[in-house]
Amino acid sequence: MGAARVDAHDLRCERVVSGYDGKAVVREVSVSLPGHGISAIIGPNACGKSTLLKTMARLIKPMSGAVTLDGRGVGTIKPKRLARMVGLLPQSPVVPDGIAVGDLVGRGRYPRQRVFRGWTKEDEAAVAEAMGIMSVAELADRSVSGLSGGQRQRVWIAMALAQQTDILLLDEPTTFLDVAYQIEILDVLSELNRERGITLAMVLHDINLAARYADYIFAMKDGRLAAEGKPREVVTAEAIKRVFGMDCVILEDPVARSPLMIPVGRRVGRQDDSGPASIMDASRGSLSAIR
Amino acid sequence: MTGRASWRDRGLARSSLRGHGVGVAALSLALLASCAAASFALGARAITLTELADGLFRPYVNTYGANVARKRVARTMFALLCGGSLGVSGALTQSVTRNPIADPSILGVNTGAALSVVCGIAFLNITTAAQYMGMAMAGAALTAAFVYAVGSVGRDGATPIKLALAGAAVSAALSSMVSAVLLPRSYVMDQYRYWQVGSVGSGTWAETGALLPFFIVGTLTAVATAPALNALAMGDEAATGLGVRAGLVRLIASMAGVALCGAVTAMAGPIGFIGLLAPRLARMLAGADLRRSLPMSALLGAVTLTASDVIGRLLTYPGELEVGVVTAFVGAPILIYAAVRSRA
Amino acid sequence: MAAMMAADARAADWTRGRRDRRRRFALATAALGALAFLLCCAMLLMGNTLYPVGTVWNALRGVGEKGVLFAARTIRLPRMLAGLFAGFAFGMAGSVFQTLLRNPLANPNIIGITSGSSAGAVYCILTLHAGAGAAYASSIAGGMATTLAMFILSNYRKRFSASRMILVGIGIQAMCNALVSYMLIAARERDVPAATRWLSGSLNGVRLPELYPLFAASVVVIPVALLFSGQLRMLELGEDAALTLGVRAGRTRAVLMACAVVLAATATAATGPIAFVSFLSGPIAKRLAGNGNSHPLPAGLFGAALTLASDLAGQFAFEQRFPVGVVTGILGAPYLIFLLVRMSGKGEL
Repeated sequence: MGAARVDAHDLRCERVVSGYDGKAVVREVSVSLPGHGISAIIGPNACGKSTLLKTMARLIKPMSGAVTLDGRGVGTIKPKRLARMVGLLPQSPVVPDGIAVGDLVGRGRYPRQRVFRGWTKEDEAAVAEAMGIMSVAELADRSVSGLSGGQRQRVWIAMALAQQTDILLLDEPTTFLDVAYQIEILDVLSELNRERGITLAMVLHDINLAARYADYIFAMKDGRLAAEGKPREVVTAEAIKRVFGMDCVILEDPVARSPLMIPVGRRVGRQDDSGPASIMDASRGSLSAIR
Repeated sequence: MTGRASWRDRGLARSSLRGHGVGVAALSLALLASCAAASFALGARAITLTELADGLFRPYVNTYGANVARKRVARTMFALLCGGSLGVSGALTQSVTRNPIADPSILGVNTGAALSVVCGIAFLNITTAAQYMGMAMAGAALTAAFVYAVGSVGRDGATPIKLALAGAAVSAALSSMVSAVLLPRSYVMDQYRYWQVGSVGSGTWAETGALLPFFIVGTLTAVATAPALNALAMGDEAATGLGVRAGLVRLIASMAGVALCGAVTAMAGPIGFIGLLAPRLARMLAGADLRRSLPMSALLGAVTLTASDVIGRLLTYPGELEVGVVTAFVGAPILIYAAVRSRA
Repeated sequence: MAAMMAADARAADWTRGRRDRRRRFALATAALGALAFLLCCAMLLMGNTLYPVGTVWNALRGVGEKGVLFAARTIRLPRMLAGLFAGFAFGMAGSVFQTLLRNPLANPNIIGITSGSSAGAVYCILTLHAGAGAAYASSIAGGMATTLAMFILSNYRKRFSASRMILVGIGIQAMCNALVSYMLIAARERDVPAATRWLSGSLNGVRLPELYPLFAASVVVIPVALLFSGQLRMLELGEDAALTLGVRAGRTRAVLMACAVVLAATATAATGPIAFVSFLSGPIAKRLAGNGNSHPLPAGLFGAALTLASDLAGQFAFEQRFPVGVVTGILGAPYLIFLLVRMSGKGEL
């Protein structure tokens, strides 16, 4: 596995307004993805996080503002050239009927192919490597339609990896996956980031996973950027209350040492417990219990 | 708590139009009356009031004008009844399939009826109205059942797009069978050519009389099943939870819908889009409650079809544009509009 | 080390699998081409009299008896070419539409393009009493206008939606059909047969000059469509995936759709709508070529073979001669139903 580090690029949004059917979902958001880093976009449903990601991936043209890559508007860069630098894992891609896993991953090579030049050794190697990273090489000759949801998701990520981009945007890469697969995929992605310096940005539902895996978090609410910063700065009781409208307690993740968010809700403590657990007790107790 | 209260307020606000139920009903009846009057009066030969009175109340007067008036009245009655039947049929089809575009014409029912009638003419030598009706109804029922079955196999049930495509595809298949039957038999072709464009122009009292029992039975069935259909609108599981026998209700309602549509198709030929249009308008005016919107669909179906018939007479004056052509040109744009506005 | 070797072995396996799949595609395409070629020969040899190969070959070069010359050059050659080119055009257009709209049922026949073509031609013949040339022109114009309207309406607010396009197409088709029905009734009795030719596809009495627009369109459009087949494969993965892979989705779609429409409209103008060819070719060719490869070339070849075979069947298989459209309709119906049920079952509809 060659671990040459990729170039850092500067992908940023400047006062971007975008949405569907003339309705703005994202309103005046400016973000800049930290190069060689992992950023997560979190926020409540319909806050515009997917729309923001899609706008960065030029799937949606912003109504105003600009998305730039190294200072150039992404609209002015040739699509194929851009596709060699920025890749995206779409949320609901379509599986062509009966296509084999290897060939689907191979389609990720499209931006690197020329019209009259066929399939090259490099294509071959890139596809084999991408399948190896996502451990789908055994499935190469199987039909994608026969795979489970988790396997499919890994195949799609493998396709995005075969594209060999410097920046990879992922729209909810862990949906449809059970918890073990979620962790596995996020582990693989963060290894990729560490070994090759691929810049990752992903929309995540789970705040705790975002806090654990991301270097930088963007929290959105009602189409605006509500908070940004390192996990410790964003995943705070005050910020969560502001963004999600929910009371919570922040502990320290005993495994990753990242902030761990526990929602409070109305049901505190159980009847059959020895006594109602006080919130403060819980937060004080947890650390000592681990040590 | 406050959230719930505001939700209730909004519900009230939305039903404001329904609050004027009496007014809406009166307005629709007035519309119906004026359509009927226009249908009496307008056409290749304008009819005076005296002639109308002669035709209606003085059977012994035998002037040309009176005879025209009698024909017009018969035609109008037939048109109203056809429209009413199609309106109810459309409303039933839509609520049974839980699908806002489930019009008989989109489900390919018309072509099914056509194939059946053509086979009847070609192979069984059918001639009488009753035979036509039986054949058309059988064809309509078979096609509807088939298209719906095809459209609803699969994970997400009968989505509008699946139904529309299944209907169009089955239509295409059936219509090439129609041509296979027709091509070697020119005598059938002649009859079919006139039948295949829906028209109420030849409507007589006899035909109105033949259609009436279907309309009455069909509409009564529809109204009787309306509360159960209301529950069905929330999904089979929810309906079953409310004590509705989903399968049975669906069977009865769809049988009524197909019978209504088949009867009209047999006598007037395929008239599309009334079943799409009328329930749509009815929902806008009377709300989603089928107990109100079903009768409203009948009323509005009658109005739309009769108005289309009058428009057809005026557009190509002194000739006539068959009503099936007019309804396609009124209804298809509405389907297109709905498709364009949908966020699908 | 052992793990690396295992990975290498797997990669080699996969390379072999990939090569096998490519070979199957090439074989299927070649076989379909050969089949179409054989059927073309059969079309030339068979007729009221069965001529030997040499006689027909000489006749095509202008040598031979008058009767043979007439049969081969005036009747059979145009008929064969019409079947070949129209079949290919329908097959390719259908496959492109099915792939673009990601729905096997969405083809020119069902979503109203051919009905626009028919309506245009019928209007010319029945209402304007114009000659064949004008009818061709108006048929092509009708098909294009229909598609343009559909395309504009389905791009409402600059967001393309396939399902919207299908529904709009069905609506437009209903209007075109109503128009045709009305014109058939209003027409003079003696004009009707000339018009019905445009309603169900037939290769009867096709003359060579009538095929020139179709030839021209094929020569220009087919290479373009083949050139864009790579982008088409990416669009298959969905709009989002295609865009991220660097495909100009909007432009590709517009170009390919224009190609498909030109093919469908000129073919309809030449032969009338031949039922189900555009519908069946894509899915069947895809199954033959394997591996979800919805390339327009095998689809076109299959369309040509199907049309030629059906026309031969229509001419010689029954007591009564049936036009090709009726034969394909009857042949296609059971497969259509099978496909419908299977697709709904798999949730692909």
